[in-house]
Amino acid sequence: MNLRSTNGRKIADLLIKLMAGGSAALGILTLGWILYSVGAHGIRAFDWAFFTELPAPPGLEGGGLANAIVGTLLITVIATLLGVPIGIMAGTYLSEFGEGSKLAVMIRFFSNVLMGIPSIIIGIFVYTIMVRPTGHFSGYAGAVALGIIMLPVVARTAEDMLAMVPNSLKEAALALGAPRWKVTLQVIFRAARAGLITGSLLAVARISGETAPLLFTALNSPYWVISLNQPTPNLTVTIFNYAMSPYPDWQRKAWGASLLIMISVLVLSVGVRAVMRGKR
Amino acid sequence: MEPRAKISVRGLNFFYADQQALFDNNIDMAENSATAIIGPSGCGKSTHLRVYNRIYEVHRNQHATGQVLLDGRDILSDSQDIIELRRKVGMIFQKPTPFPMSVFENVAYGLKLHYKLSKTDLEMRVEQALRSAALWKEVKDLLQRPGTALSGGQQQRLCIARAIAVQPEVILMDEPTSALDPMATAKIEDLIASLKQNYTIVIVTHNMQQAARVSDYTAFFYEGHIVEFGPTEKIFTKPRKKQTQDYITGRFG
Repeated sequence: MNLRSTNGRKIADLLIKLMAGGSAALGILTLGWILYSVGAHGIRAFDWAFFTELPAPPGLEGGGLANAIVGTLLITVIATLLGVPIGIMAGTYLSEFGEGSKLAVMIRFFSNVLMGIPSIIIGIFVYTIMVRPTGHFSGYAGAVALGIIMLPVVARTAEDMLAMVPNSLKEAALALGAPRWKVTLQVIFRAARAGLITGSLLAVARISGETAPLLFTALNSPYWVISLNQPTPNLTVTIFNYAMSPYPDWQRKAWGASLLIMISVLVLSVGVRAVMRGKR
Repeated sequence: MEPRAKISVRGLNFFYADQQALFDNNIDMAENSATAIIGPSGCGKSTHLRVYNRIYEVHRNQHATGQVLLDGRDILSDSQDIIELRRKVGMIFQKPTPFPMSVFENVAYGLKLHYKLSKTDLEMRVEQALRSAALWKEVKDLLQRPGTALSGGQQQRLCIARAIAVQPEVILMDEPTSALDPMATAKIEDLIASLKQNYTIVIVTHNMQQAARVSDYTAFFYEGHIVEFGPTEKIFTKPRKKQTQDYITGRFG
């Protein structure tokens, strides 16, 4: 019996390795390039004034984006307060109480649809239900839009994380005579805590770069945040406006704002890893 | 003298959706003794055990018919308070199930559920439970450590401590040593021997030597039927049914 030559297989093996390695390198290279160019341009915008002062009038040098930093923080916090509790409760229903129910199947389906809806459409939706009726843009509307975007992300991860809690733990708590709601709150949530926190942080990271929904809701403002019930300054819309402006100083500030957002997302991701590691 | 029956099962049938898993089970579990349930995989041992505290109700599409009398009261009746039932009937699972909290909190969890206790009383009861579970000496300096940080055998004894802390009358054990090494298994078996003086113990086991060592009575299950039931010594030395004999001599199962 003649043995087949192994050369063909060796060449195929090498080709596949090269293709896979090349694709990985391309992805990492692109990421590195983005990080580098945002970092190199952005760092030049960073000075004391950038973090502490209001924007300068068009065409003038100096000033900062302190108002947008505060605005983005406030909008994100409110969006999180809306999106995370409702998302976790929805995930809890799906994982703990919806076993085999039609309602759960429907919620899961609509949640997946919601996750796929472009964020600009959510912006327009909130525009029609909050901005049009009140007659003005507002930070609250921005927070609601971002909260809606967070909702399915949180619900999905919460459901997955809760489903990973061993059934035996649930049964052990019930077998001790604990009512269902106590088992869920005191045992299952605690067992899934790291996962729930991770999901929430990832959802925050997910919305931190959203611009389109804020264009229709929070809009932007060159002034301090006095009330969230009026147009509210924020970093992403500022990047959008400044990057397209003809003023070099504004363009530099847009790079600075981009770098700031990038760093926040990076910090969040590292935080997520730390939480997950702490679990073990 | 005949021992008093703590649990009397009468005409128990059990269904997973449409599929019947237990057929007309009738059995009496003697008070303050250990009864072993043996039989091949899938014969309904665990299913039978899980009726005694109605833990099967967690899952949809499972239901039982017939009567399970605990001190003469039918626990399958709608009027049975499920929380009270589970305080009286504790359960130990195949894999140790420490809650994600400290050793102390684990034992205190059930106590706080069922009793109003002062801090000192709570501490006392936790210590008592850990002592009864032969774990106190090993964990008395680790009470604030997470329960999951203990070894597998210690975790299982922690679960036993947690179960007996609420002062149950019956303890159900579903293959409690199948995830443990021989040393840890020996400790649990010793523990069962001492616990059965105060509690009625029902233990499901795959391990026939274990059944012979720890139990006073043994029930042999096959395909959802109770084939034979009697004093452990008799079942293992002079079984009346051929199926029982085949199983205990290792011819199948």
